[in-house]
Amino acid sequence: MFEKALKTAFWSTGIILILAGAWAWYDRWANADQDTNYGSLVPWGLWVAVYIYFIGLSAGAFLVSSLVYVFQIKRFEPIGRLALFTAVITLLMALLSISADLGHTFRAWHVLVYPNFASPMAWMIWLYTAYFILVVLELWFVLRHDLVVAATAAGAKATLYRILVFGSKDDSPAMIASDRQIVRILATIGVPLAIMFHGGVGSLFGVIASRPGWHGGLFPILFLVSALASGGALLVVVSAVFQDGLRRNRDTVLALGALVLGLLLLDVLFQVSEALVGFYGNEPDKVENLKLIYSGPYWPVFWFWQIGVGTFIPLVILALPSRKDARMVAAASALIAVGFLSVRLNIVIPGLASEQVKGLSDAFTSDRVTTDYVPSAMEWLFSAGIVGIGLVLFGIGEWLLPNHPDSSSEEVSHGIA
Amino acid sequence: MAPDLDTANEPITLEARTVDRREMLERLAKLGAGSLAVALASGSSLAPIGRAVASNSTSQKFRYGMVIDTKRCVGCKACMVACKAENKTPPGVSYTVVVENGFGERPGGRPLFLTKPCFHCNEPPCVKVCPVGATYKRKQDGIVVVDYDRCIGCRYCIVACPYQARYFDFGENYPAVTDKTAYAGVPSPEYRRFRTREEGKSPVGNVRKCTFCLHLQDADGGYDKASGRWPACAKTCTGHAIHFGDFNDPQSEVSLLLTQRQPVRLKEELGTEPNVYYLL
Repeated sequence: MFEKALKTAFWSTGIILILAGAWAWYDRWANADQDTNYGSLVPWGLWVAVYIYFIGLSAGAFLVSSLVYVFQIKRFEPIGRLALFTAVITLLMALLSISADLGHTFRAWHVLVYPNFASPMAWMIWLYTAYFILVVLELWFVLRHDLVVAATAAGAKATLYRILVFGSKDDSPAMIASDRQIVRILATIGVPLAIMFHGGVGSLFGVIASRPGWHGGLFPILFLVSALASGGALLVVVSAVFQDGLRRNRDTVLALGALVLGLLLLDVLFQVSEALVGFYGNEPDKVENLKLIYSGPYWPVFWFWQIGVGTFIPLVILALPSRKDARMVAAASALIAVGFLSVRLNIVIPGLASEQVKGLSDAFTSDRVTTDYVPSAMEWLFSAGIVGIGLVLFGIGEWLLPNHPDSSSEEVSHGIA
Repeated sequence: MAPDLDTANEPITLEARTVDRREMLERLAKLGAGSLAVALASGSSLAPIGRAVASNSTSQKFRYGMVIDTKRCVGCKACMVACKAENKTPPGVSYTVVVENGFGERPGGRPLFLTKPCFHCNEPPCVKVCPVGATYKRKQDGIVVVDYDRCIGCRYCIVACPYQARYFDFGENYPAVTDKTAYAGVPSPEYRRFRTREEGKSPVGNVRKCTFCLHLQDADGGYDKASGRWPACAKTCTGHAIHFGDFNDPQSEVSLLLTQRQPVRLKEELGTEPNVYYLL
């Protein structure tokens, strides 16, 4: 009953968000950047934050899947393929966000033909591409055997499966062993790749010497930790909603909850360290950045969203005896997953929202030359649309692909490892 | 032609102005010119800047730059208007700006204007970060340009520039263009590409910046002040505060100015080595 309600909520949220985003999507492609609120002083806004949020979720989910496919930890087996599928979908969502953000989206291929090897962003795009291909391949090999088995049945789904496995009918034990081997190799390559990719995004920010809020060696690490915390939390929610995890995978959910708690604490440690060192050092630009986050116009995003919703409440739930209640763990994880968007916002926006040359925004009057940035309705709705598309794609995939524990194939519920 | 060297002002020497040294240091610290402040405080010579000026050991034919005399700037913003008229930049894009009290105030509360074009740095952070190499420093003259047809509009260069010298073209237009008056048909001479404003077409969706009006260069890459082939802001400056020229030529007005007055550059500590100097 509860699971059914969750699923209904899931599908209706997805569809409502897509409908809400439809106008914004039309507006973005018809009027380009005109209805956005970022400008030349705060050149990156909500969409960049949403982008790094989703790739963080993807990298986090993928690294959790490596616990199954690289480190062979039995406890996480039931959610291995769900983790991979989550990594694919969130990666797609990230792509939608960043493609809207580019001034000339359809020139993105330039990075392949005119590469600048000194640019962290160029590396990020190549690593994104490599990582995307790897995750899709790995998922395909994880699912291949189940697809072959399910393809023998009649019906439209089976036809789709036949296409997906290119007509292969090989379900021999040798083939299964080979698949398993390939998955293990891919997953092993994937771990450093995911770390380089997401750590690379952190360094994309960290290398900018003129932005004291970002500049430093801690940033790539901070990105990885928050990716793991948020990606892990999302997986708890996903497995609770989709795999009847509250009952069936209760132990997995609780174990993952404990892992998320540890990561969240590590994230808090980093944040506290940043603040203490920054304030003590008293370097004016660094202090200005910290004050912008904690007490500037964006203070509610930090104190209510990041600390309240994303950190404090989940910490309490995950630390108290409620950590043994799968529902409570799922609820805490949902708060973290939602709360970490504010972590991304608090990186991108206060990091940019100060004048590099004092008085610049008064030099001439323009909405584009100001440090006051609040995302426009179009930006919010566009992002809402991305979330809707992600939810629906995930729902369709989950329904379509044989990754359901109670689908016809017996192997599924045991995972492939 | 004998350069106009601003003889009205006494050259500032450290000895003559010891009373003001602390004040000078404070101002420099505010500016972020840390290394310069340290050099002054220790009474040492201004070696880093001296070297930068003297070093002609570059393969570049020209090293264009500016020396902006803040004592001559009255804050009229004619340079901003001239730049707009020359480059036909849209709303929200201004290749040069006049910032009031960007250096802090002058003693006695008089305003101190900071005229700020792109500094065409020797080590431009914007160029390094561009994923597609669309923005680059020209080998022949050191001018930092943007290839509008290659730029993907990611705005990473805006983020990386410590001086906020870059602007994104959101595709917004002045009423004269929106209403399709005759002005809408007047192309921008930028990069000698003569583009008019068209929706979705470059430079809309690109990052834009000062080019030192390179479209006014002759075939050899030279400028000619007498015939008006000179950056619009420098040409129009009412107080003759903006001096433009070639630092590779030791006899150029800008090179000589640096030997006669005390120059500062913004945010020396970032190692960007701007080619725009200020005389305070």
